[in-house]
Amino acid sequence: MLKDQDRIFQNLYNNLGSDVTSSQKRGDWINTKELTDKGRDWIINEIKDSQLRGRGGAGFPTGLKWSFAPKEVKSRPHYLVINGDESEPGTCKDRDILRFEPHKLIEGCLLASYAVQAHVCYIYIRGEYFVDGQKLQAAIDEAYEKNLIGKNAAGTGWDLDIYIHYGAGAYICGEETALLESIEGKKGQPRLKPPFPALIGLYGCPTIINNVETIAVVPTILRRGGKWFASLGREKNTGTKIFCISGNVNNPCNVEEEMNIPLKELIEVHAGGVIGGWDNLQAVIPGGSSMPLIPKEKCETLTMDFDSLVAEKSGLGTAGIVVINKDQDIIKCMARIARFYKHESCGQCTPCREGSGWMWRMLERMAKGEASKDEVDMLGDVTKQIEGHTICAFGEGSSWPVQGLLRHFKDEIKKRNKFDPIVKENKNIPYLVDQHLLDKNA
Amino acid sequence: MSLKRPAKDQPEAFEFNSSSLEAANTIVAKYPEGKQQSAVMALLYIAQRQNNNWIPLAAMKYIAKFLDMPYIKVYEVATFYSMYNLSPVGKYFIQVCTTTPCMIRGANKLVEACKEKISKNESELSAEKKCSWIEVECLGACVNAPMMQINDDYYEDLDKEKTLKILDKILTGETPKPGSYRGRISNEPENNRKTLMDLKNA
Repeated sequence: MLKDQDRIFQNLYNNLGSDVTSSQKRGDWINTKELTDKGRDWIINEIKDSQLRGRGGAGFPTGLKWSFAPKEVKSRPHYLVINGDESEPGTCKDRDILRFEPHKLIEGCLLASYAVQAHVCYIYIRGEYFVDGQKLQAAIDEAYEKNLIGKNAAGTGWDLDIYIHYGAGAYICGEETALLESIEGKKGQPRLKPPFPALIGLYGCPTIINNVETIAVVPTILRRGGKWFASLGREKNTGTKIFCISGNVNNPCNVEEEMNIPLKELIEVHAGGVIGGWDNLQAVIPGGSSMPLIPKEKCETLTMDFDSLVAEKSGLGTAGIVVINKDQDIIKCMARIARFYKHESCGQCTPCREGSGWMWRMLERMAKGEASKDEVDMLGDVTKQIEGHTICAFGEGSSWPVQGLLRHFKDEIKKRNKFDPIVKENKNIPYLVDQHLLDKNA
Repeated sequence: MSLKRPAKDQPEAFEFNSSSLEAANTIVAKYPEGKQQSAVMALLYIAQRQNNNWIPLAAMKYIAKFLDMPYIKVYEVATFYSMYNLSPVGKYFIQVCTTTPCMIRGANKLVEACKEKISKNESELSAEKKCSWIEVECLGACVNAPMMQINDDYYEDLDKEKTLKILDKILTGETPKPGSYRGRISNEPENNRKTLMDLKNA
């Protein structure tokens, strides 16, 4: 288990208070000027050395992303945008940072803004987190009052303004280009990439977009050194991460742990075990609903980091672990996730808009045992038609969980759905498109 | 993409009152000059707050003029995002999360409670026109599942009994205390905390 002094979010459980004075006692804001005095290149190199990977789901190296920002500010100003549109089912880590560790985030904004030469930073928070957003706003007001941000922020000679922008209940706005569209006051429909936001982003200006957790760990990394961060976890999967363990466990919780921690340890030690005992475990969704589930056999030895989960054909995503025990109907669980994606598709690309609803309807029928045998393969085919054929990664996000279900629980589906193909059996099912074939055979 | 239709009965006119106007001007100032369209989402919220938690078409027209942008763009935004109510909802607007992490911890019991206490169908006003409820997608408090949101506040760690009690309070006009209903102040593991121990007793 990670040592307590190596935990970045000391106030994760709100024992110490989130106001600026208590935050300063924990070490926030103590030597911000010294850090910026070492220069932009030092900051970016230190983040590169730490091998920090984005905490928002895709795991892109943060230092590398920052280095994409143009070296000189020309006619177009630079922007820093913080993604706090946390809507992935199973994930609730950013909320705790917003309400309990706002000053880590604000200081991170200052350091990151300095590194990428932005004078304005927008923090995009999902609309439902209004109360938590107000807490962050209070912290921002405090920081302005103490001159930690604003003109000559924290004595660094850098001017920075931070504004909060509330979303309004669209999951897709967590996708970075949709988020930019949303800040520009449009529908949140993702843009094609390239051009990447680092060159053409918000209002057509160079924009760096990072997750709340990524930015909030930056001050600590710079203080304790990239080497310290890199010494935790393992190569390319370094540092600590907030894991959210929800679902059928005895003590659902958020906990900050080292990367590469065994999944079993997270569930058994921190979350108090699976309801009904470890043997009652059915499957685990390791990284928010978009990531394919992992069956029990593999959970025994699985370690939680980006690369080891990719090796299991899943992903760390946002590290929102949803534990599903044997009392649950796994097909129903996935059907509900498919319904989520059907609801949240932005409607821009046809494969996703139509396909997500298609998958949901099929899974609902499969849960009830009303599907025919050949539909199991058809469902797999539908997921392949969506994946990779959309502008943003939502297509993958909606089809991967279904693929995961098919990969590990195909037998379960087949056991429940024993109908012969409809055309052969001459069954009157009104949603069958080729109903006319039935008449011919009759 | 959610299907939403504006209400049939629409007020003729809409105008910001003085406090809304002040709030709107502060928000427009957050964005660069000429990019005032960015404020449309926040302004729709302000209109919604001023107009009993829903946005009439007149408000969209007013905001379009206010921000010097086409009306249809405001309409697009208002219909795209799910948190803008385009038809009247109750003074207490209850959103029950039913996505998988909440579902497997019994969110359907919360839905049952709403059906018993408020109305049979979602988006239907209760008998005394005070409340309405809907099922929503993940509200981002999965560790505190099952949970629901009433207006701005989260009510977490619920079960059917606790939900019924909360709804009873609302129906009598009280605002129940938000937060966890198992006494958690944060997302720590209850009675099983293994980390940051010396701070716990500090």
